Amino acid sequence: MTTQETGWRRDKEGLGLWPHQGKVAITGWGMSPVDRRWDGISMNKTLGAYAILASQLALEDAGVKPEEVDGLLCCEENMAGAVGGGSSAIWAPRPYFDSPYDSEDGLTVVSGEWMLKNMNLPNVKYAPEHVPAIGEQMGMAAQAVADGMCDVALVVYTANNLEGRYRQGGENEDDYVGGNRQWSAPWGSHGGLMYSTNIPLHEYCAKYGTTWEELLGPFVVNQHRNGLMNEWGFYSLHGASGLTYEDYVNSRPIIYPLRLWDCDRPVNAVGAFVFASAERAKDMRHKPVYVLNHNQGSGGAARSTQEVLEDTEEAKARVARMVYEGSGLSPRDVDIFNPYDGYSTFMPTTLEAFEWHGVKKGDAADFLKGDISVEGPHPFCSGGGNLGNGRTRTAMYIDSIEQLRGTAGRRQVTVKAETAICAFAPGNSAAYLCLSSSAP
Amino acid sequence: MPKPIPLPNELSSPFWTAVNEKRLEVQNCTDCKTLQYPPRPACRNCGSEKLEWKETSGRGHILAFMVVADGRLARTRPDQPFNLAVITLDEDPRINFYSNLPGVPAWRAPVGSPVEVMFEEVGPGQLIHEWKLVS
Repeated sequence: MTTQETGWRRDKEGLGLWPHQGKVAITGWGMSPVDRRWDGISMNKTLGAYAILASQLALEDAGVKPEEVDGLLCCEENMAGAVGGGSSAIWAPRPYFDSPYDSEDGLTVVSGEWMLKNMNLPNVKYAPEHVPAIGEQMGMAAQAVADGMCDVALVVYTANNLEGRYRQGGENEDDYVGGNRQWSAPWGSHGGLMYSTNIPLHEYCAKYGTTWEELLGPFVVNQHRNGLMNEWGFYSLHGASGLTYEDYVNSRPIIYPLRLWDCDRPVNAVGAFVFASAERAKDMRHKPVYVLNHNQGSGGAARSTQEVLEDTEEAKARVARMVYEGSGLSPRDVDIFNPYDGYSTFMPTTLEAFEWHGVKKGDAADFLKGDISVEGPHPFCSGGGNLGNGRTRTAMYIDSIEQLRGTAGRRQVTVKAETAICAFAPGNSAAYLCLSSSAP
Repeated sequence: MPKPIPLPNELSSPFWTAVNEKRLEVQNCTDCKTLQYPPRPACRNCGSEKLEWKETSGRGHILAFMVVADGRLARTRPDQPFNLAVITLDEDPRINFYSNLPGVPAWRAPVGSPVEVMFEEVGPGQLIHEWKLVS
């Protein structure tokens, strides 16, 4: 069955093993510079310029020539610009440039059409529109190659950040609130995961006898440490955060107890990846990293106004079942675990749902304050994630690829690295990708 | 403090009409007897569309609270920091509501305490449901 016949999404339980295990591999990755913001002027630092640069680096890493690429998946959903998010995501209107910069395309978003016009990719035959964000985009690419829509797919994911502040505009300036916001905004919640994942953590701490700081602080500090071992990460490029536990505890409240350092840092950057059929991958530069499974969709939503711990635990348990079912892995089989950490609040319940390294409900605090360094026995989030590298949403994938190749350098774990689970899966999203260093 | 003003739609209009008459009503599924809030077109539990509005006791407890120190809503930003508490409904704690706990200083919300509904005008002729500590 192909994506055309079934839809490409694997978004529910009961789908069984992904039938294309061992037939698709990731063979390259590339990152642009990671800037804090685009200044709105420098044309060599637009997302378009960075998309081309990241793509060139990914192709070079794979050992693939541009003319060999026959699939292109560009995601136009990012935080600012004309596409994606609610109206509050558009906070920096400005005059457009002259043609070809007569729209946001190539500046703050990058469409497939723009890439085809501006990068020499003459043989692309598959370039879908409406490509979802990177968590689901990576699965879409794997499925497209598996289904024969293309042999060598280039995946481009952009993350933008402009002058001004996230979400202080658009609908958040309105006096009246409709839709789902009528149930939250009158009390001061503009919505989003900084609220929905906040209360379950309160309940978690009360239920399992820990504190927010004890639960999350050591993890956040370790993420920054891991991130500094990535040459491309924001803090590596722009100066180490040097974050300590005391810095974390004393950082300013955002939606308290959620603090500044519980949140990833918005950045302007592009990541690119190359997916190829196993047949093509075997002749490329690096050892292929095979796709075992991909998932999309959600494990579930809040029953009422505010998500509570029971909602979170149920949803994440469902997600873990989907991931394990589709990959054929069990918790003890997973060597590298790089879930998404846009807010640190995602971590304890994700870790427990996946039971990575035997962590069960209520165990996360003890586990996270133990040795989770890349040198130790439990190298959780070895890539440093978004917290340690900035909001590129790519670190989880890059690290998993490098760990399985054995090319992670200072981050290379000392334990076995043959399988990985990685994700851009905000909240209860099921957008996970499972990888293996060998074809099953 | 000034707050964003709810804009009722077809689904929510009966709810806000009741609030404006100082009653807190939630949906009740007449098939599986499950209460539901916020309102949906169908029962989240069984999928039935046989939903009626049912007045609640207006009594609840504080489950937990956040403090909005750096939020994004223009109307509430000037009053930061403020409490954003979650109130569970006594007759079904799976139902919860937001509250700013009027009169309770930020960071001082007494988790676990009983509360009762009250109503606050946020725009001309528009009330919202709020919660106050039971003395």
